[in-house]
Amino acid sequence: MQVSMTINGEQVSREIEARLLLVHFIRETAGLTGTHWGCDTSNCGTCVVLMDGVPVKSCTVLAAMANGRNITTVEGLETNGELDSVQRGFIEMHGLQCGFCTPGMMLTARWLLDNNPHPTDAEIREAISGQICRCTGYENIVRAIRWAAEHESGTGHNITEGIGA
Amino acid sequence: MQVPAPIAYERATSLSNAIELLSRHGPESRIIAGGHSLLPMMKLRLARPEVVIDINDLAELDYIRANSDHLQIGAMVRHASLMNSDIANRYFPIFREAETVIADPIVRNRGTVGGSLCQADPAEDLAAVFAALKASVVITGNNGSRTVPISSFHIGPYMTVVEPDELLTEVIVPLRTHVGSAYEKVERRAGDWGIASVGAMIVLNSGQISEAGIGLAAVRADHFRAVEAESFLLGKQPTADVIAQAALIASENCQPVADQRGPEDYKRHLVKELTTRALNRAIDKAREEGT
Repeated sequence: MQVSMTINGEQVSREIEARLLLVHFIRETAGLTGTHWGCDTSNCGTCVVLMDGVPVKSCTVLAAMANGRNITTVEGLETNGELDSVQRGFIEMHGLQCGFCTPGMMLTARWLLDNNPHPTDAEIREAISGQICRCTGYENIVRAIRWAAEHESGTGHNITEGIGA
Repeated sequence: MQVPAPIAYERATSLSNAIELLSRHGPESRIIAGGHSLLPMMKLRLARPEVVIDINDLAELDYIRANSDHLQIGAMVRHASLMNSDIANRYFPIFREAETVIADPIVRNRGTVGGSLCQADPAEDLAAVFAALKASVVITGNNGSRTVPISSFHIGPYMTVVEPDELLTEVIVPLRTHVGSAYEKVERRAGDWGIASVGAMIVLNSGQISEAGIGLAAVRADHFRAVEAESFLLGKQPTADVIAQAALIASENCQPVADQRGPEDYKRHLVKELTTRALNRAIDKAREEGT
């Protein structure tokens, strides 16, 4: 079947098998390997992407279900060569060790901050509770998201404003 | 790598179109909404539909509204929407309490009320919630709609009365006054299925319990309900002793099995303890509402 979706602002159209999962469409068909593919069981959350502004676990969405939708992956976080404040927070606060969970963590963080610009630590932990850091580096991930909240430029693209949360 | 077996995909454009597609493709077709139960089962070949019919475009089934008698919840309402619904939680705070402990925020963005009930997992929290609230479900097919009480909706693990060419379209909860509701769950880790879960709804009339609903999940209670404990409470004053006896009755009238989540006696202990807590909090809220 033919599917067509917007990924990070670019139209991607391909002929696919209906059983293809969104995570594999993004990685293999669109060639965007920033989105990671982990547990396959919707537990670990490294495959999180934004679909129409809402974070979803892309291992548990058929590519066909994303037909016509708007997808944002970790590659879409920066704007005009400028890193998103969430990305800068992960650098500043050492929010990653192996980096495997990072793309999903950052997209969920972007959604959280767009809907709740000043989250408490408890709200940050709740937001990322569907995501697993294999290095158990949660303290620094929370610090990174808090740093991002404190350093929002105000000119960010606010991908998810007004949706969900 | 886990991938589903080959399938055909259809995207329904309306409720009538979804029913038409179900009729056309027959019993080997399945409705997919959030997909967070069906897709994992398809990956493991526990489910092997030939056709999946995507109903995510059916905005007509995404509503929460109240009239003077009932709360109506459309089948496509996402867990996140039910959790954050002011109208649903004004009447029944049990919704937010249960949703907070269902899966995680990302999964709750996708999973739906209708999908949760139709999946009919024995540990499904919303099954216990709607059992406690004595809800009904509306099932729609080619010959129109029928309304089924939740107490006869499930016919076994992963089995419901929904026929292959039908679709669950709405859940109806009768509104009450002087009502309180609460949810209690113990799980191994955040977002997991419960080891045991209990939902309670209490209606107080002149200090006496005039209606009681107790829903149990994950402990193999018939139709997710503790009917004997509900009957025991009727007409009684909600004293600590009465609540303790009701909780004991609930823990004796279910059939938990030992598994990786714990032995049978531990699960019965949880049912007793969680029933006590849920009843106490439901009673407190009913009293607050009465003043």
